[in-house]
Amino acid sequence: MSFNAVTSSFKVARRRKSPLAETLQIGALAGLAAIGFALIGAYVAMDKRHVVEDTLTLSQIAYALMAIAAGFVAGRDTQGRPSGSRIVLHGALTGLVAGLCVSALMLLMASVSLRSTLVAASPMLTKALSLGAPIGSLQALAQVPILGALLGMIGGVFAAMPSRYRRALTCGFAIVLIAGLFRDVFVSVLDNVPDFNGPEAEVFGSGGLNRVPALVLLVAGGIFALLRDRWNAGHNPARRARSSKAGLVLLLVGVLILPLVTNDFVAQVAMLVALYMLMGMGLNIELGLAGLVDLGFVAFFAVGAYTVALMCSSGPLALVDVSFWVALPVAVVLAAGAGMLFGLPVLRVRGDYLAMATLGLGEIIRVLVLSDALAPYLGGSQGIIEIDHPRIFGVSLQSPAALYYLALALAGVVAFISWRLQHARIGRAWLAMREDEDVAQALGIDPVASKLLAYTIGAAFAGAAGAVFAALVGSVYPHSFQLLVSINVLAILVIGGLGSLPGVLVGAIVLIGLPELLREFGEFRYLFYGIALVAMMHMRAEGLWPATTRTKENARA
Amino acid sequence: MSEWLRRSTWVDHVLLAIRISVAALVLVGLAGGLTAGTYSAADFVSFTMFGLTIGSVYALIALGYTMVYGILRMINFAHGDVMMIGSFAGLFAAGALNDVGLLSALPLLALPLVLCAGMAGGAAMSLIIERIAYRPFLHVRSLAPLICAIGMSFVLQYAARGLFGTRNRAYPGFGWMEGTVSLFGLIVPIPQIVAFVAALIVLAGLLALVKLSPLGKAMRAVAEDRDAAALVGINVGAVIVATFAIGGAMAGVAGVLYALVFKQITVFMGFALGIKGFAAAILGGIGNLGGALLGGLVLGLAEALGPALILEGFGLPAPYQLKDVIGYGMLVMILIFRPQGLLGERLASKRA
Repeated sequence: MSFNAVTSSFKVARRRKSPLAETLQIGALAGLAAIGFALIGAYVAMDKRHVVEDTLTLSQIAYALMAIAAGFVAGRDTQGRPSGSRIVLHGALTGLVAGLCVSALMLLMASVSLRSTLVAASPMLTKALSLGAPIGSLQALAQVPILGALLGMIGGVFAAMPSRYRRALTCGFAIVLIAGLFRDVFVSVLDNVPDFNGPEAEVFGSGGLNRVPALVLLVAGGIFALLRDRWNAGHNPARRARSSKAGLVLLLVGVLILPLVTNDFVAQVAMLVALYMLMGMGLNIELGLAGLVDLGFVAFFAVGAYTVALMCSSGPLALVDVSFWVALPVAVVLAAGAGMLFGLPVLRVRGDYLAMATLGLGEIIRVLVLSDALAPYLGGSQGIIEIDHPRIFGVSLQSPAALYYLALALAGVVAFISWRLQHARIGRAWLAMREDEDVAQALGIDPVASKLLAYTIGAAFAGAAGAVFAALVGSVYPHSFQLLVSINVLAILVIGGLGSLPGVLVGAIVLIGLPELLREFGEFRYLFYGIALVAMMHMRAEGLWPATTRTKENARA
Repeated sequence: MSEWLRRSTWVDHVLLAIRISVAALVLVGLAGGLTAGTYSAADFVSFTMFGLTIGSVYALIALGYTMVYGILRMINFAHGDVMMIGSFAGLFAAGALNDVGLLSALPLLALPLVLCAGMAGGAAMSLIIERIAYRPFLHVRSLAPLICAIGMSFVLQYAARGLFGTRNRAYPGFGWMEGTVSLFGLIVPIPQIVAFVAALIVLAGLLALVKLSPLGKAMRAVAEDRDAAALVGINVGAVIVATFAIGGAMAGVAGVLYALVFKQITVFMGFALGIKGFAAAILGGIGNLGGALLGGLVLGLAEALGPALILEGFGLPAPYQLKDVIGYGMLVMILIFRPQGLLGERLASKRA
């Protein structure tokens, strides 16, 4: 196994400090996180987003969550059994320390001009952090630590609470947050419901939820979670498994009718999600099943997109001008061929080296496409424009919703193919290779054939995604095919769960859909990806919707 | 020959064909480039000087990869961004020194101070990465460190973007170090010479540290066998931490020297330079400190001379746009055909 050299029985043991020191450390970490959040400009950007109209903004919620989380961790980490007063005290202390850090930042900003070095340390930030109190006043400086202590105390209480109530509160809060954040989506859904006039005006304000509905949603969510717990406790696990299947069906129905009940913007986002799902399923074959880390994956996407561009464009660079439906299979075949060409040289490279080799290959292709040398054929940085929209039965698929269904249909086909492949002989061969290549070879699996097949099929899926992308955007440019796309797809797989098909859907929704819908988020999405990747590896390495084999392995271990 | 034919598979034949065609491409380009005569001998000498300078920066970055790889058998994917952080730390130090007037008055005194700031920034960042992405996964076999490091790389790039903004930042001038000097009838920018010499001094210091000090001995022992080193009483955790710190400090030096030569830095510069540094580390033979120096210089020379020598021979327009193709191409070729590098370490063949 390629990673044998890495492992050893050696492990760095964590030194235990006194509870008080740990509490202070957690508080300081939370404070640093809060300062970082403010100084990268996220606080000001997210302060514009009201979750509860005129009461709570997204950045205030983020700060509150930091304090509560710190209090929760401090409450949980104190050694021995949780005992009432200690937990509350430690929680309050972490919150206080975190708040003091933020106050220190405000004081620093008031006395020194940081603007020339740190672009986000603007007067707007000071104003936002003062929460309406006069800037630089004692009140502005004191209220943050006091609020922090209160919230930390809540976090401590949260840690001591029976898990039933904790789940209920979390559920209620999550519902309020989702309703507030995705106000636009819900409003557009309510708008489209016929004979149901104007409820959105009462529930939603111009930016987020109104106060009373927010409270109602919080309570309703809590009660719902409590009832569900009661119901689950009274029934056997088999029925619970059935109800998780029902969840999957609900998700599928939601996916199917989404663009019909919402507006064009949401449909466009959904279309992007479907595209990334296509790519995700491709990389899932390479990385999730066969264990081949491919960071040059975007090259196949580019091959698909450029093929369609060259075949369907009415611009000067086009080779032929045929229908999208002719170009699509050609794009898929060419991408698959590219995958094989790509896979051949790196057949014997493994692990981290493979990641770097594929990354290098992908970058070479991008630089070549961008260069003047190939510009007469591929348009260089100007790209290829005027790509025709696909037509079906004489109707041009132009609206985002129509293209969404096109991508969704392709994703469905691809999902079916990869599901069948996964459980076929070759799928099990891939899994065996992922676990231990040498043993797999000893058991009669041909590593060359199965690796090449993984590259080819994965590339074909990505090529299909590229083809739809070209048709959607109507133009292709080299800068659409940066390494970032490969990283996006990798992140989708890791967050969703390596080797898990529903995981790809979940990952694409969480990583592509949510940041697109939250406009304030846009600037910080890659930061969020990075944090999500790291946090996922630490807390839930198997992903949000793990593959069944993984779950079974974990249960046994 | 017949023995080889009997034992080889079709994959070997394909790989051999790739080797031969790449060699043929290089030879044809070389012949074309030499006969085209677009550039004079003086041009080539100045290209070489530039290649050595950028090569020494690559070598410094490569050291971080090589040291971490030698000890953990893992690639620190975020290493390029450590260099970026070091470069920014140096920028702020240079700005402060410029404000008191030291930078333009006494550049030879100011430069070490700026370098120290870069080293401190790089080392601190490297330690954070070690703490978050590597230490928790020391005893498990998984992709987790790789993915964590990719995540950290993104966190660093975009956090830096939020903190420092997207625009290019320029280093303030270093007094007389900004000028040029005439050497054997050639005009050479002084920063190139300073950067090259500084890189060599730092490298020599590092080699002395690893070969002569007790810490260096412990590092070599841990690289050989982590468990055995722990058994004989070496504090493996501390050695790993020290390795990351030294590697990060080297990256910080590289960041400052890069800025000294190129003047402009951005928050996204770490990515490409990190890959080049990695290529240099592999080229020299990963896990081998001398190899990192050799690999860096070879890669720098190849990138500086390649477009003029080889790509020009094909009559391509704007061959310098394809400079990166040479660097990345060398990386891929080395990974495929000689993963143990020029001065290979024996473990590499087992792994790659």
